[in-house]
Amino acid sequence: MAEDVLQAPLVLEYPFTRTTGPVVGAFLTGLREGVVLGVKRSDGTVMCPPLEYDPIDAAPLGEMVDVGQAGTVVSWSWGGPPRDQQPFDRDVAWALITLDGADTPMLHAVFVDGPADMATGMRVQIQWRDERVGHIADIAGFIPEESG
Amino acid sequence: MAYTKSQDPTSRPAGLDVELTVPDSIAGVERVQSVRTPIRIEYTYTPGVALSTYLRGMKDKKILAERCPKTGQVFVPPRGVSPVAGIMTEGPVELPDTGYVESFNITRVPIASRPELEPPYVSAWILLDGASVGFMGLVINCEPEDVKLGTRVRAVWKPDDELEMAATNILGWEPTGEPDVDIPDIETIGQKGELE
Repeated sequence: MAEDVLQAPLVLEYPFTRTTGPVVGAFLTGLREGVVLGVKRSDGTVMCPPLEYDPIDAAPLGEMVDVGQAGTVVSWSWGGPPRDQQPFDRDVAWALITLDGADTPMLHAVFVDGPADMATGMRVQIQWRDERVGHIADIAGFIPEESG
Repeated sequence: MAYTKSQDPTSRPAGLDVELTVPDSIAGVERVQSVRTPIRIEYTYTPGVALSTYLRGMKDKKILAERCPKTGQVFVPPRGVSPVAGIMTEGPVELPDTGYVESFNITRVPIASRPELEPPYVSAWILLDGASVGFMGLVINCEPEDVKLGTRVRAVWKPDDELEMAATNILGWEPTGEPDVDIPDIETIGQKGELE
């Protein structure tokens, strides 16, 4: 067993391009334009991010509506330093955020200095990326809502 | 319109016929139709004893397999275990760099991430002489139309000064010109072993 253990980098890569369909396409179009859209369900509640079908009764959906650019953290966990492929240059918290006017939360990053600055129920607002292409990362992340 | 279990799964999805209405905030702008979602996973691969021996052999242009002590089957590339008997294999067992095409496919559409593969090219399952399982490779130095089930092939190695501890030392497999191997029955392909 005098020989060295062999090791080599192994990269698995899939360059997927996904067609978005009408509903997710409209949502991503909104992000590119700097607005957030949800979709209205048959019971009148608003799902954001939107889906093409209602998760409760499987009904197809198509009525897109504006939702707010700030919202409430309903759950979170501390992510710490970003991994190599994550589009962040600082520590983040991962949070489920229900935007104003929406009834379901979206998962995104919150930029704060540490877990002590996070709390369920805290108010956060979107920090947009300057160059937007129609991708969920057009939202750079969320920051604590500016008072007033 | 809710989903019902009696719905024909091959029917046109109901969502395609829903009228999409959007607020003024995106009215009139060009819609996003697609999104890039690349997936990249970076591993550090440690091959283990059997595959390390195989990779070291590759540097000397040797194909080192392993044998199942129970069934006698010879596995290449060796993974160190017999998938049939569920026990460790023994080795190394040196195999010649000749065999025949057990199965093949002609690809005529380019793959963006593999620009070095110029269509049409032939990927084949090569059964090395003495092996029990096939081995993936390209059939090269011939017209795709000349490849048949049973075509005898020999490995084409990289030049000696470019050899590494890597399976990519075998650039492909070229027909030897020997008579085709008769494949009477897919079930009889390879040197099969029997469990007691």
